[in-house]
Amino acid sequence: MSEKKPSLWLRIYSFMVYGFIYAPILILIIFSFNTQKLNVRWEGFTLEWYKVLFNDAQIFLATRNTLLIAFISTLVATIIGTMAALAMHRYRFPLYNTSETVMYIPIVIPEVVMGISLLVFFVMINFTLGLTTITLSHIAFNIPFVALVVRARLHGYDRAIDEAAMDLGANELVTFWRVTLPTIMPGVLSGAMLALTLSLDDYVITYFTAGPGSTTLPLRVFSMVKTAVTPEINALSTIWVLIIFVLLVFGQIAQRKKA
Amino acid sequence: MKKISLFCFLIIGLALILSACGGAQKSTTLNLYAWSEYVPQQLLDNFSAQYGITVNYDTYSSNEEMLAKLQAGASGYDVIIPSDYTVAIMIKQDMLEPIDVSKLANFGNLDSRFVNRDYDPGNKYTIPYQWGTTALVYDKTLVPSAPKSWVDLWDPAYNGRLVLLDDEREVMGMALEVLGYDRNSTNTVELNQAEQKLIELKPNILKFDSDAPETAIISGEAWAGLVYNGNASLAYQEDPNVEYICPTEGCTIWFDNLAIPKGAPHQDAALLFLDWVLDPQQSILISQEFPYSNPNKAALDLLKTEDPELYDSYMSFPGTNPPDSFLANTKPIVDVGDATTLYDSLWTDFKSR
Repeated sequence: MSEKKPSLWLRIYSFMVYGFIYAPILILIIFSFNTQKLNVRWEGFTLEWYKVLFNDAQIFLATRNTLLIAFISTLVATIIGTMAALAMHRYRFPLYNTSETVMYIPIVIPEVVMGISLLVFFVMINFTLGLTTITLSHIAFNIPFVALVVRARLHGYDRAIDEAAMDLGANELVTFWRVTLPTIMPGVLSGAMLALTLSLDDYVITYFTAGPGSTTLPLRVFSMVKTAVTPEINALSTIWVLIIFVLLVFGQIAQRKKA
Repeated sequence: MKKISLFCFLIIGLALILSACGGAQKSTTLNLYAWSEYVPQQLLDNFSAQYGITVNYDTYSSNEEMLAKLQAGASGYDVIIPSDYTVAIMIKQDMLEPIDVSKLANFGNLDSRFVNRDYDPGNKYTIPYQWGTTALVYDKTLVPSAPKSWVDLWDPAYNGRLVLLDDEREVMGMALEVLGYDRNSTNTVELNQAEQKLIELKPNILKFDSDAPETAIISGEAWAGLVYNGNASLAYQEDPNVEYICPTEGCTIWFDNLAIPKGAPHQDAALLFLDWVLDPQQSILISQEFPYSNPNKAALDLLKTEDPELYDSYMSFPGTNPPDSFLANTKPIVDVGDATTLYDSLWTDFKSR
C-alpha cells in the first residue's frame, strides 16, 4: 500500500474550502470580544458581552426551552427511529417499498411545507401551541434521520448472530438488549447526535409551531438580529458553536470506539 | 421486565413534563408577543412583583411574521405590539379586542399629539407604545453640502455613498414624494415613474440594509441615507457629526402600539399591563434602554428629574425629539391593499437591475 501525497493544487483547494467554511465563524468568534457595541470595527478586547449574555433572562429561558425540546425530542425520536429501522431491516411486509419512501419524505420536503402543515394541523385539532407542539414536531422530523443512520449501520448485520443468542437460550428481549443493541449502538448514537443538532438549531418548523412562552434560542437570535446586532449575539453564537463542536467530537469518538 | 417498566416510566415522566409546560392558570400569566429588544426586562420584573403575574415574552422580527402567525390561528397571546399600518389591517379583520381607555388610569399621561391617530381613531383598540420617524441621516463632515431635500441625493457627487433601508414602502415612498406624488400612491403610472426615478439613483446606492444601516454611516462608507430614527440615534451616539432631518418633500412617522388580540386568554392581566406600561416610572425604563421616541409626556417630565443627562440628549436630538417643523412634514405609511403586489413586483424589478 503506497501512500501518495496529495498534489499541491489539491492541498490549496482543500485549504480554501475549509477557509470558506470556517473563516466567517472565526471572525464571528473574534468579534464577540469587541468593545464596540455596534460591532463595526475592532476597538478592543472585553469579556463584557459574555457577562451581558449570562445576565439576560430572556436568553436563559430560550436556552432552557431549546435544551428541553432537544433532549426530549432526541430521546423519543431515537427510540422510535431505531425501532422503525429494525423493523424495516428484519421484515418484509405489504407496502414495504411505499412505507420506506414515505418514511424518508420528511427529509426531502422543504421545512416550510412541514412547518405550515404542522401549524394547520395543531390549530385544526385545537391543540394549544407551545413547548409540547414544538417537541412533537421535532420528534416527527427527527425520526427519519435516526432511522436512516441506524439502517445504514444495520446494513450487512447478520441475523445469524441474533439466532445464535436465541439458540443459547436468550429470549427476544434479552437478545435485543444484550446482542442487537450493543452491535448497532454506534449507529443509534450518531443518529441521536444528528437528531440533537438538528433540533437545537431548527428555526423554520419551530417558528410555525411555537406558542406563548416557548421561544427557543434560534427564534430569539433571529429576532435579536433584526433590532440590534450587538456582540452579545456573537458571544451567544460562539458558545453555541463550541457546544455543537463538542457534541460532534463526542459523537465521532463514540462511533470510532465501537466501530 | 425491569427494562420495560423503566421504559414506561420514562414515557409517563415525559408526558408529565410536557403537560406541566402546556397549561396556564388564569390571571397568573401574561403572554407578551413583541419585537425583541423592545420591552425592558426590569419593567416586566416590576410588573410581576406588583401583581404576581408571570410574563412570558416571546419575540417576532416583523409585523408580517406576527400577523401570519395570528392569522394561521396561533392563540394564547395576550398583548402584542403591532405597528400603525398593521393595526389598521387587524382592526379591519376583527383581530383585536376593543380597549376601554377610560379604564386605564394612566392613559392621560400620553402626549395628546400621539393619541387618536388615523390608524385607530379614538384609540378604541390600541395605545401607542413607542413612536419614531424614518428620514434622512447624513454626516455633515462628509457630504458635499448639507442636503435639504430627498432630491439632493440624486446628485452624482453621492456616487456609491448612500445607504437605504431594505424596505420597499419607505424607498418607493421617497421616490414618489420626489416626483410630487403621494407616498401611499396606488396609481400604476405614478408607481412606474417612481421605479424609473429609483433606477436613476442606483449608481449612488452603496447598499440596502434594514438591520444596521448606522454601521455604514459610522464607518464613513456611506455619507447619507434613509434610515429609522433609532439607527440615526445610534449613529449620533458614536459620531456627533451625524445630522437627522425631515427633507422638504416629507418623511415617515410610525407608531408601535400595545393591543390585545381577539380571544386573548388573560385579558384582565393584559389591561393591567397596558396601564402599567403607561406609568411614568415604568415608561422611563423604556427610554433609558432603547433609542426610540416615547409618547408618554409624564414619563419624559419624570426623566428630566430622574436622569437629566439622558433627558437633555433625548430632547436635543431630532431622532428622538423631532421639532414641530419636522413633525409637521411627517406622514404615515398606510396599508395599500391590493397595490402591495404592484409595489412588490416593481421593487423586485428595481433591485434586480
